[in-house]
Amino acid sequence: MAPVQIRGTVLTLRRVDAYHALTLVAPAIATKFRPGQFITIAVGGPETSMLGRRAFAVHDVRPDHGGTVEFVFEARGPGTRWLAERRARDVLDTVGPLGRPFPIPRDPSSCLLLGVGYGSAPLFALAARLRERGCSLDYLLGGDSADRVFGALTARRNGRSTAVATTDGSFGARGPVTGLLEQIIREARTDVIYASAPVPVLREVTAIAGRYDIPVQASVDVPMACGTGVCMGCVLPVTGTDGITRIVRSCVDGPVFRGDLIRWDDFGTIPFDALGAPGWRHAG
Amino acid sequence: MPADMRARLGQTELPNLVLAAAGCAGAGRELAQFVDVARVGALISKSIMAEPHTGNPAPRLAETPSGLLNSVGLQGPGVDAFLQRDLPWLLSRGARVVVSIAGHSIREYAGLATRLSDTAGVTAIEVNLSCPDAEDAGQPFALDPRRSGSVIAAVRGSARYDIPVFAKLSPDVTDIVAVAGACVTAGADGLSLVNTLLGMAIDPATMRPVLAGKYGGLSGPAIRPVAVRCVWQVRAAFPAVPIIGTGGVRTGRDALEMLLAGATMIAVGTEILHDPSSCSRVLRELEEELAALGVDRAADVVGRAHGAMARIPSGKAWPA
Repeated sequence: MAPVQIRGTVLTLRRVDAYHALTLVAPAIATKFRPGQFITIAVGGPETSMLGRRAFAVHDVRPDHGGTVEFVFEARGPGTRWLAERRARDVLDTVGPLGRPFPIPRDPSSCLLLGVGYGSAPLFALAARLRERGCSLDYLLGGDSADRVFGALTARRNGRSTAVATTDGSFGARGPVTGLLEQIIREARTDVIYASAPVPVLREVTAIAGRYDIPVQASVDVPMACGTGVCMGCVLPVTGTDGITRIVRSCVDGPVFRGDLIRWDDFGTIPFDALGAPGWRHAG
Repeated sequence: MPADMRARLGQTELPNLVLAAAGCAGAGRELAQFVDVARVGALISKSIMAEPHTGNPAPRLAETPSGLLNSVGLQGPGVDAFLQRDLPWLLSRGARVVVSIAGHSIREYAGLATRLSDTAGVTAIEVNLSCPDAEDAGQPFALDPRRSGSVIAAVRGSARYDIPVFAKLSPDVTDIVAVAGACVTAGADGLSLVNTLLGMAIDPATMRPVLAGKYGGLSGPAIRPVAVRCVWQVRAAFPAVPIIGTGGVRTGRDALEMLLAGATMIAVGTEILHDPSSCSRVLRELEEELAALGVDRAADVVGRAHGAMARIPSGKAWPA
C-alpha cells in the first residue's frame, strides 16, 4: 500500500521509562499500516536546519479519532529532543506507512518475539496479528538497564512466556538477550523468530537460530535520511533468493529481512561479489 | 490569473520550470508516490553509468547544519536496466525525463549518449561532470575546463541532434565561468548549476570521519548562496545560455531568487528528501510569489537581478 504524506496532530506524548511514546492522529496511515512498517517525521519546524527525516517503527495503531499511530523513541540527538518537546495538538509532517512488514505465518506457529531497547516497540502490533492466526508467543526482551526494557508488562500479559535480560542485571538475567535464546528455543519449540534489535544482536540471533534451523525475520535499525528510497543512505548487503548479493535500501527493501540473507559480516562494506561491485562480473 | 510557468527544453515544452534534480527522485517510482510525475516540469534521473554500480559503503550520509553530506558513489543499475525498466515506466506516467549520465572516461560518456539517442523519450541529457577522470589521476572532469569541454564535445557529437545536452558543473572551482565557457564552446546547449560542494564531517566520539568515503558532496540550503552566485556569474557571461539552477532550493522564494540570478529552470534536490512532495509545493509557492509581484510569465523575471534598475529597494537589507 502506497505511503501518504500527512499533517498528523499530536494526541499524546508520554514518558515510558527512558523513552518517549508519541501518539499521532493519522487515519490515512493507521488504516494502511501493517506490523513492521515505519513512519518518518520532519523535525525542527518549517525553517529547520535538520534536513533528514527521522524514522520510527510503529508501535501500535488504534481506531480512535479515525485512526492513531504510536511510536516509541529515545531523545538522543537534536531531532529527537525536539520531538520530545512537542505537545498535544502540535502538527507533524508525517509520511507512512513505509517499508516491508513482517511476514505472517499461514498456520499457527510457535513464535519468539525478541526485542532490545525501544526496538521491542514494533513487536506488539505484530503480536496482535500473530494471535489472530492462533500463534503462541514467547517474548525475549532486553536492554542496558530496567528502564530500557520496553513492553515487559504487555509481554507478560499476552505472551505464553516472557524472559528479560539486562546488561546491568537490574531486570531479569544479567547479560545479553542472546544468552537466554537457546534455552527458550528448546523449551518453546520455536518455529520462527521475529527480532528487532541493534545489528550486532540480530547477527548473533541469526547465527544461533541457524544452528536450530529456525528462520529469523529481522527488523534492521539502519540510519535513514529520507525513508522513501531516494537518498540511498540506508544500504546494506543482502543476498537475494537468486543467490546474488545486492546493496539494497533498508527503507524500501526492508526494514524487515530474512536474517540468513543479510551479509552480517560485510555490514558497512561493499562485498566483492555484490552486483555492480568493482569486478563483479568475474566473481564466482 | 496564475503566471505562465512554461519553459522550453530543446524541442520539448515543459508545463513548468520546476524540475526534480538528479539523484533526488530515485528511479521516479519513489517520487511518484507523493507527486504526479506528469506535473513535474521534468524529472532528472539519477546519474546513469554504462554498468551497474554498487556505490560506496555505508555510512553514506551525514546531516550538517541546513545541509546533507553524501558519498553514495553513484549506485545504480546501469544503462541497460534503466532503459528497460525505469525510463519506460516514467514515460508511461507522462513524465518528461532528462537523463543524467556519468562515466570515468570520455568514451564511456560518449557511449551513453549514443545509447540514449537510440531510445525514444529522452527529453535531454545532463552530463554529470563530477566523476573521477580515470585518465587524469581520478580528478573530477568538472575541475578542468579542458577535460570538461572534451566530455561535452564527445557527448554532443554522439547524441542525436535534437536532444539537448546540458553540462552539470561543480562549484568547487576557482572560476566557474571558465568551465562554463569551455562547455558552451564544446557545444553544450545549456548548463546545470550547481552540483554539490565537497565537504567532510568528523565524529568527535569516534574521532573518525562520519562517512565511509571520508568526503562527501554537500547539498541543501547551506549551499544555496554559492549556487546563486554561480548562476549569476555564468548568466552574466553567457546571457543566452539556458541554465537549470539547482542547489538548496526549498521554497518558492528560493526558486524566485534563482530565476532572478539568471536560471531559466529550477531543480529541487535535497528538499525532496526532506519533503517528498516539495516539487509541487515549490511550484505552487513560486506561482504565488510571481502573482504577488504581478508577473505574467515566469520567464520575465529570469536574470532580472542583473538589470541596472532593479526593483525599488524596500530599504531592508537585513532579514526581519
